[in-house]
Amino acid sequence: MVRSKTASAVEESSTADFAVVFDSVGKEFPARRSRGAIRAVDDVSLRVPRGRIVGVIGYSGAGKSTLVRMINGLEKPTSGTVSTLGVDVGAADEAALRALRGRIGMVFQQFNLFSSRTVRGNIAYPLKVAGWPKERIAARVAELLDFVGLADKADQFPRRLSGGQKQRVGIARALATNPDILLADEATSALDPQTTRDILDLLARANRELGITIVVITHQISVVHELCDEVIVMEQGRIVDEGDTYRVFAHPTASLTSRFVSDATQGVPRGDVLEALSRSGGALLSVDVNEFTSEDVETVFAQHGVRGVVVFGGVTDIRGRQLGTLTYRVNATEDAVGAVFADLAARTRVVRPDRQRDAWSDADAAEEAAS
Amino acid sequence: MIAPAADWDVIGPVLGQSVVETVWMTAVTLLIGGVAGLVLGAALYSTRRGNLFENAVVFGVLNVLVNIIRPIPFIIFLTAVGPLTKVVAGTTLGTTAAIVPMTIMATVVIARVVEQNLVSVDPGIVEAARASGARRLAVLFGVVIPEALAQLVLGYVFMFVAVVDMSAMAGYIGGGGLGNFAIIYGYQQFDPAATWVTVAIIVVIVQVGQLFGNWLAGRIVRR
Repeated sequence: MVRSKTASAVEESSTADFAVVFDSVGKEFPARRSRGAIRAVDDVSLRVPRGRIVGVIGYSGAGKSTLVRMINGLEKPTSGTVSTLGVDVGAADEAALRALRGRIGMVFQQFNLFSSRTVRGNIAYPLKVAGWPKERIAARVAELLDFVGLADKADQFPRRLSGGQKQRVGIARALATNPDILLADEATSALDPQTTRDILDLLARANRELGITIVVITHQISVVHELCDEVIVMEQGRIVDEGDTYRVFAHPTASLTSRFVSDATQGVPRGDVLEALSRSGGALLSVDVNEFTSEDVETVFAQHGVRGVVVFGGVTDIRGRQLGTLTYRVNATEDAVGAVFADLAARTRVVRPDRQRDAWSDADAAEEAAS
Repeated sequence: MIAPAADWDVIGPVLGQSVVETVWMTAVTLLIGGVAGLVLGAALYSTRRGNLFENAVVFGVLNVLVNIIRPIPFIIFLTAVGPLTKVVAGTTLGTTAAIVPMTIMATVVIARVVEQNLVSVDPGIVEAARASGARRLAVLFGVVIPEALAQLVLGYVFMFVAVVDMSAMAGYIGGGGLGNFAIIYGYQQFDPAATWVTVAIIVVIVQVGQLFGNWLAGRIVRR
């Protein structure tokens, strides 16, 4: 995504390539008896390219849900403009919004299935709303049941389904009208890890096979890692980091992004862990792996004729590329370790956790490498 | 006044007639009040802040209206709406006349019962329906009300019992029915047998209604 504070000429030529365009969008909820006014979304500009999967990550209260609800007009912006599939959401009347919503599917954390309708009835609902004839609805529902792998559950009521099955129904319902955009609001947050993976696979398949643009709201970094081409990091209603998923997490510019990364990987050892590791001798090197991969680290070790063994760390996979921090134990002379350290420091972030008090500070690392 | 031991040859047919009148008053009241109460309750629910047809003025007016009528003791309400009854039914006496105040009161009470049951429907489900592009009225009647159906059925059973109760009071102002019967033959003629027979019949009517309602709600819930 590109921040859309660009010249309007550029905007006009490229609007068609974007499913969603936010321009300095704000959303304020008025004050009520129990609380003051709340600015849920604050001056947000973003673009969602067609056919891509974009993640919006942030802790609860960051304004993600409000943001996604402005895409289909369930909420209207109080400032700025939201343009979805070329429709100005803020200016659209109820009829125009209904037509727009027919082109946008939505999946929810709590599934929000109609308990009074069967699986078939749930999936058929948007088609009935769109006025499809009966035979076409039946055929389309069968197709969707097949797509989400629930053909045998068609006549069950939702209460009889597991969480994962419910979300499959939710996705089938959201995809029913062949929408251009799918909004997933914490779609996997109520599911266990295995089911989460299945649902993410299903969403990825919908994107691949149907070419649908997906906007994913989540507080789970793993969802972004596995699914999203691009990511927007939100904090207190504002965008604090955005761009290609790998780039954003490999080179975070906001402290919140770094926090999400260290939640997902183990980072540099500290405290008791570090003490235990130090006791066994040898030098410790904590190396960030990103575009500079663990293979590259091994190569540097080999060039210096030393062996490093991974003793701590975590590497996460972002759509097939590694990101994380690995801590190696190197048994070599202090000179050799120093040379290895300098070589690594030239290419990625590296620290010696047992030597540096503030293992997180790049400045410290750089200083020691220089001295 | 002479108080003969129950002469069932005389009062038997009157009792039969009274049962018919009670069932008739209850049925008509539940039918008209049920539909009107559903509409009024749905209006209260949907004009509430944050709901489908959020409208502070309409909600305020309806809410006050319901709050004014509902607490009036029914026996007072019966006579209070007399002038209106006279306009609608042409008289303030008899079964048909009794149906007017009964229907008004039932509408108001049912509206509250409906509103409370609709409020308990998960807002997420409403959101899902709206996100599908459905009209707001279609969301209300096609999704919200079906979602609350089992609770609504139980609410209507509760109202059925309340309406039977109202019908007995209607008897007091000449509305006919079992209430009238119990007053004339049981109370005024000091015949406990007539009173107890009336009680027994009302218990049976209420039980049948309750059982049917529970069965229906159970069927809806089990899906």
